[in-house]
Amino acid sequence: MSQPASLTWLAGHEFRLGWRDWVSLMTAGGRTRARNALIALIVIAVILHFFAYWTVAAYADANLASDIPALVVITGLLVLSSSLLLSQAMESVTRAFYSRSDLDLILTSPASARNVFAVRMARIAVAAVVLSMLVAAPFINVLAVRGGIRWFAAYGMVVAMGAVATAAALALTIALFRLVGAKRTRLIAQVVAAIIGAAFVIGLQIIAIFSAGSLSRFAALQSDWMLRHAPQISSAFWWPARAVLGDYVALAVVIAFGLSTLGLSIALFSRRFGEHAVAAAGVSSVTVRQRRWTSGFRWRSVSHVLRQKEWTLLRRDPWLISQTLMQILYLVPSAMMLWITFRTGNDAFIVVVPVMVMAAGQLAGGLAWLTISGEDAPDLVSTAPIVARRILSAKVEAVIGMISFIFAPLVAVLALDAMAPAIVCALGILLATSSATAIQLCFRVQARRSQFRRRQTSSRVATFAEAFSSISWAAASALAAAGSWGAIGPGVIAAGILAGVWIFSPSRTTS
Amino acid sequence: MDQLNLPVALALRGVSKRFERPAVDALDLTVYGGEFYALVGPNGAGKTTTLRMVVGLLRPDAGSICIDGIDALHDPVAAKQLTAWLSDEPMIYDKLTPYEYLEFVAGLWRIEPAIAEERARDLIGWLGLEPHAHERCEGFSRGMRQKVALAGALVHDPKLIILDEPLTGLDAGTARQVKDVLRARVRAGGTVIMTTHILEVAERMADRIGVIAGGRLIAEGTLEDLRRQTGATATSLEDAFLTLVAEQVAAA
Repeated sequence: MSQPASLTWLAGHEFRLGWRDWVSLMTAGGRTRARNALIALIVIAVILHFFAYWTVAAYADANLASDIPALVVITGLLVLSSSLLLSQAMESVTRAFYSRSDLDLILTSPASARNVFAVRMARIAVAAVVLSMLVAAPFINVLAVRGGIRWFAAYGMVVAMGAVATAAALALTIALFRLVGAKRTRLIAQVVAAIIGAAFVIGLQIIAIFSAGSLSRFAALQSDWMLRHAPQISSAFWWPARAVLGDYVALAVVIAFGLSTLGLSIALFSRRFGEHAVAAAGVSSVTVRQRRWTSGFRWRSVSHVLRQKEWTLLRRDPWLISQTLMQILYLVPSAMMLWITFRTGNDAFIVVVPVMVMAAGQLAGGLAWLTISGEDAPDLVSTAPIVARRILSAKVEAVIGMISFIFAPLVAVLALDAMAPAIVCALGILLATSSATAIQLCFRVQARRSQFRRRQTSSRVATFAEAFSSISWAAASALAAAGSWGAIGPGVIAAGILAGVWIFSPSRTTS
Repeated sequence: MDQLNLPVALALRGVSKRFERPAVDALDLTVYGGEFYALVGPNGAGKTTTLRMVVGLLRPDAGSICIDGIDALHDPVAAKQLTAWLSDEPMIYDKLTPYEYLEFVAGLWRIEPAIAEERARDLIGWLGLEPHAHERCEGFSRGMRQKVALAGALVHDPKLIILDEPLTGLDAGTARQVKDVLRARVRAGGTVIMTTHILEVAERMADRIGVIAGGRLIAEGTLEDLRRQTGATATSLEDAFLTLVAEQVAAA
């Protein structure tokens, strides 16, 4: 048994907290849901293995180690995964800085704060690795079954990537603390994390649009330009890719590099981490802003008052804006595509329409959660002399208004090029938005806006329904824009999803 | 106070609410206009559940609720027009300033803008919020947040103000300001119903005190009435309260 307050004892404590947090995340806090969550996880794992078989099984036996185009693609995928991992790790590091939950207890105890924070940093790395392994496992398992155990080396690569990403996240966040101070680091770190997560994907798509007129990331990785500028086959640049392919020497080097980088970061930053955590806890994240009252109280309808409140709250919350704008950031490639289509007059709008519909559905889901469930003064609104239906309709109008504001210019540009697809796109956006909002209405909960990040945990069904409904409307819109009657199929699926949501929604079954 | 001459501000008849166990059990309660009524009881007695049913946040399983003669269960909008609710946890919007918050509340209650603005200025002045009237509420202390929430509860000039532990966590100065504002409302003819665990507050401020335990009203009246009910052995509300609750527990 380890000594209290020793590194291993603290690690055990962190592991227990981490495990319980994960279980709570999976079961949305309900113990009775544990069995259902386990069954769902098994089903998802099986589906992912089938998906992995469909996508990568053909490459299991290929000798890719001497194939530069293959190494470029694998390296590209590793950079993509690393950027996502770095983004996730930065989120975790920032959260660890600003979470006050046990900071007072830790810092007032006689335990070494440095040890505590060292263990906490290691926990972030372990969480990043475990999460990545869960995502990568189906692909690695399928490749290993089909092509031999050498593919299990890819698990080692995941460990190395998680370690390096965490080390980089620690260094970046500490640097931000020193550069901009504790007050601004939270927002900037979250925006930087989101941009890092999206930048690589979007960058590749933009390169692909300009070089191949396609939204495919692989088109960029396999372009002549990329292959011309790739290093020689013997270069150490390919070691991470070789490690994935089962080169054990490369794997050992990559893992050693990853773990030593992480160890060095922990040793360097654990003391500063504590200092910065204290600074973060001691500083108010609030900037006092004096607003002069000029226009006085104005007469407005109740619906207008409610809509205006939602828009004002959203406009004034930079963190929420950054979270929601990230979904819009993914529209940049399609906007680019739209621009190129407009210039060249080809029919690439078929690609643009579903992307816009999908993005609208996803964005509407987030906004609908904020307006419908994320009400910070539910008692005030509920005790106001207004019928509940009117409150809800005003909130729905706020969502549709916001989506219209964002997407109307894009649809207008599309209409200049092709009127019929623009009408289909507008209709698809309206349907996807309405569906996402309806799903949020069915699964509404009472929550604070600050819980936006964990909104998915309140209902897995709502999250999946929202995603599948957006995908279905996107597919229906694409087919309709192409003039195919096949649009009816995904349209019916989307309607079926909505019907299912309505039948099983808690607000209906509990009333 | 001669209750026979006073209009009834709130009448609960046979109100019941059950969660996993009965929270409120066939409760009858009458509060008169212009009265300061304190509802006291041990934890889990049903005080908050009762008040949440009155303001329309919970629907009772049985019984009726009348606010100023309006059936709150059949015409909740009309009943809500007359009431204000303030909970122990001030729920305001962090990203709005106190003035903007009051404009929002006035809009929900459809108050004439000029009147609402004048009231807002008065309330902000009374509650000492003027220096912060145009700052966002996100940096406010608990006491300041509670003051903003109280101003919101009063900006639409409600006939019936219902408060659930409004003094929890407030410093002495802020608590005094809140109490002064509530007293002023009662002097102006308003009705105040308040739950509190601070028995001295109930003793000093309330015209009548209701003691609730196990979802039922076990005693009601002035401090003198309650003392009499406990056999005059009690010298303070605290003594009377503890005796009454102990008797209720023994009887149960």
